[in-house]
Amino acid sequence: MGKTYETVIGLEVHVELATKTKIFCGCSTEFGGAPNTHTCPVCTGMPGSLPVLNKGVVEKAVAVGLATNCTITRNCKFDRKNYFYPDNPQNYQISQLYYPICRDGKVEIEVDGKKKYVRIHEIHMEEDAGKLVHDPYTDSSLVDFNRSGVPLIEIVSEPDMRSAEEVIAYLEKLRLIIQYLGASDCKLNEGSMRADVNLSVREVGSEEFGTRTETKNLNSFKAIARAIENERERQIDLIESGEPVIQETRRWDDTKEYSYAMRSKEDAQDYRYFPDPDLVPIHISDEWLKEIRNNQPEFRDEKRIRYKEEYQIPDYDIDIITNSKKLADIFEETIALGAQPKKVSNWLMVETMRLMKEHQIDADGLSFSAKNLASLIKMTDDKKINGSVAKEVFEKIFTEDIEPEAYVKEHGLATVNDEGALRTACEEAVANNPKAVEDYRGGKEKALGALVGQVMKAMKGKADPASVNKMLRELL
Amino acid sequence: MDIMSMTATEIGRKIKAGEIGVVEAVKACLESIEKYDKEYNCFVTVDREGAISQAEEIQKKIDAGELTGPLAGVPIAIKDNMCQEGVLTSCSSKILSNFVPTYTSDAVLKLMEAGAVIIGKTNMDEFAMGSTTETSYYGETKNPWDISRVPGGSSGGSAAAVAAEEVPCALGSDTGGSIRQPASFCGVTGIKPTYGRVSRYGLIAYGSSLDQIGPLAKDVTDCATILEIISQYDSKDSTSVNRTDNDFTSALCDDVKGLKIGLPRDYFTDGLDPEIKEAVYQAAEVLKRKGAIVEEFDLGMVEYAIPAYYIIASAEASSNLERFDGVKYGYRTDSYTDLHNMYKKSRSEGFGAEVKRRIMLGSFVLSSGYYDAYYVKALKVKALIKQAYDKAFEKYDIIMGPVAPTTALKLGESLSDPIKMYLGDVYTVPVNLAGLPGISLPCGYDRNGMPIGLQMVGNAFEEKKIIRAAYAYEQTRAYKRPAGVCERGL
Repeated sequence: MGKTYETVIGLEVHVELATKTKIFCGCSTEFGGAPNTHTCPVCTGMPGSLPVLNKGVVEKAVAVGLATNCTITRNCKFDRKNYFYPDNPQNYQISQLYYPICRDGKVEIEVDGKKKYVRIHEIHMEEDAGKLVHDPYTDSSLVDFNRSGVPLIEIVSEPDMRSAEEVIAYLEKLRLIIQYLGASDCKLNEGSMRADVNLSVREVGSEEFGTRTETKNLNSFKAIARAIENERERQIDLIESGEPVIQETRRWDDTKEYSYAMRSKEDAQDYRYFPDPDLVPIHISDEWLKEIRNNQPEFRDEKRIRYKEEYQIPDYDIDIITNSKKLADIFEETIALGAQPKKVSNWLMVETMRLMKEHQIDADGLSFSAKNLASLIKMTDDKKINGSVAKEVFEKIFTEDIEPEAYVKEHGLATVNDEGALRTACEEAVANNPKAVEDYRGGKEKALGALVGQVMKAMKGKADPASVNKMLRELL
Repeated sequence: MDIMSMTATEIGRKIKAGEIGVVEAVKACLESIEKYDKEYNCFVTVDREGAISQAEEIQKKIDAGELTGPLAGVPIAIKDNMCQEGVLTSCSSKILSNFVPTYTSDAVLKLMEAGAVIIGKTNMDEFAMGSTTETSYYGETKNPWDISRVPGGSSGGSAAAVAAEEVPCALGSDTGGSIRQPASFCGVTGIKPTYGRVSRYGLIAYGSSLDQIGPLAKDVTDCATILEIISQYDSKDSTSVNRTDNDFTSALCDDVKGLKIGLPRDYFTDGLDPEIKEAVYQAAEVLKRKGAIVEEFDLGMVEYAIPAYYIIASAEASSNLERFDGVKYGYRTDSYTDLHNMYKKSRSEGFGAEVKRRIMLGSFVLSSGYYDAYYVKALKVKALIKQAYDKAFEKYDIIMGPVAPTTALKLGESLSDPIKMYLGDVYTVPVNLAGLPGISLPCGYDRNGMPIGLQMVGNAFEEKKIIRAAYAYEQTRAYKRPAGVCERGL
């Protein structure tokens, strides 16, 4: 009989912080830009250059630490991690080993209705490396230091997760917290959030951990889930066939759905960490901490409660809307501009979701403004446009963020309130559809629908359906 | 008018008075270098065109009344570990033998803003590692008092250039004595400021927690004047300290009445050359006669300073020098098979023996399993040394003693015995570990006619006290030029 195994997973999550400038110099952190244009002597490791800490990085790191229930290290330091690689201009990375800024946190996750905590071992600040680009024509590698010195935090969890579902739930939770804080956009595909998976398996009931591996290069939640399943199977196969699991770093290839060993523990480098003498210790005073605490935003759990009380929308809607900082922002801003909460929620829950699916984007990719959604809702409230026109206009708002007033005017989509024209159209419909008229008079309420359709067609969709109904009933 | 025999501030005054032109002063330096530097090898780079065009610009500004400071138009040399935009900055190493910085170090920038003219870059021990200026890739610098002897180091080029009257003044850097010891060996004056007083931005790091830039010149007045200009808060250096007491020239007064001077007994032990001992005691007598209170005391911890220093400085250096890898700038080996081979060969060929020794030593003390036993312990020693000084400064205004146990050694003597060379730093190294200011100035000559240096150490940010005491002592003596320099033009 086969044994049953438990998967034990801990994560190392790197998040690029959304500061305007780099961690140790004044260069821009903007993504893109021609190679080596966002650089200076500091972030290219020129001799004699010195790092100066960007306080914004400390504030964002502390904010994440507070939101994940960490203890803040009130006197923390930076250390140098020494290793040679061309994307690392100084050949040491400024990071934190001995006194990381946050320690001993936890976040709550929920999978299949079951809640549990994932503990956070530490969060530390560090600088990102540059990017190597291989030039096949000259068969040489070039370095772009634009990303060198972009601030990162590394969030190291305890080995508290037991399945891919828990890992995804943890990552989504972290992502949401960080997005709510505005500390990062957390895009896995652009690398502003990166997760390395430490995984081992053990027989169910065993107290001891098995030998773990670390898997890197995971660029989506799907890739993470696939890599976890794959690594779990690989380790179980090894154990079942009596072979040892080797402690090593593996690289995941998502197209081949396969990982391969990058380096084993024996090749592990001695990073010779020591406190960076170029940087002074960071003291986080009571006042500073208080200021950061006071600036913490309303998080999802708080929003959920408030939305229920303040807006009286269904729990299901609340869940969906608060699950994205972006959606919640649009929701609240639209309401602030005077729209009725339930109507805003409907637009987000129905049309927005449909179009997101159609355009294959997630909520972070939404680019329309609350202002235009609010005016659209107002136009329908004022019966300036009817429902189907509104949907058509919303699609334009969704894709191009057009101004609905101007768009409706330009394209002549306003509801026609010309009673004479409406009466004529209704009379014509009655005259031209004797069958439907007969059916309606015979008690078939549905037949009215066909007549309404004829009128709407004649009015090029710009009539108010309620008025059409009313007029037809009068005529009949 | 013999411009080269003047001090920097004398030249500055005469330029201001219109008696000397800036170009004239610069040309006098260039001519002196041209004539004599073949013999001493003080310079790695002489920026002839740059210096003359700077001089012309500065003369215009002086004439227009835009530059009125004491160093306006004064030529100065810079140790070759400070970046200057567009000028080779080699650290006297093969690995940076083609490195031309894109920016200028803060201290040099402040000199330029004050109107000083940068003449060129002076020779040094490779990456400031050494006490003799013999580890330079560009060959050793010779002592102008006796060319068979070393000028000291690592700022040997700067000290020798001042002594040889190739320039009136220079900047050096001091990590374990690298300004004070060559000043002493060459019979000139040098100040190592309090750690954090002068910005390190643009100074190619050796031991980051110990490095400080400071002046070398013929007298205390020049040193105080230069220090006043380069000591400004710099937001680009996190260890730079914002102070308002940078008016060092205000301390140039001949008055030591009531000043409490401590002579540490631990500095006058068997290892010290008796002639130096005698000279320092005599200097103490002179100050006593001028009204200072001189006492002997036990400083303590002195014997631990050398090992702690070589651990800390080498550890930091091993990391600081990692960036020299042949990838971005500097020397790259001609042929290699892959990335790691390129790193290995470029660094093996690019660094000299002493630098490699310290990189290995530093890498060792930081490696896992040894970190606590060496590096962490050395940091504890550093803290204890600072405590010993703190205690001493509760009682004394300045601590006075020798700069080095010997006068300038013969060329080649220390290369064969690095430990002996390291031990020569015994009186200067503790000052760096404690981050304190120190001054070295001549106080006599030994049986061979070689200069003897006197060291005064102040409490943190109390440069003014050592400047005052040094100035008062200096008033009792005349500046002595090396025989070779006196005989010029005869």
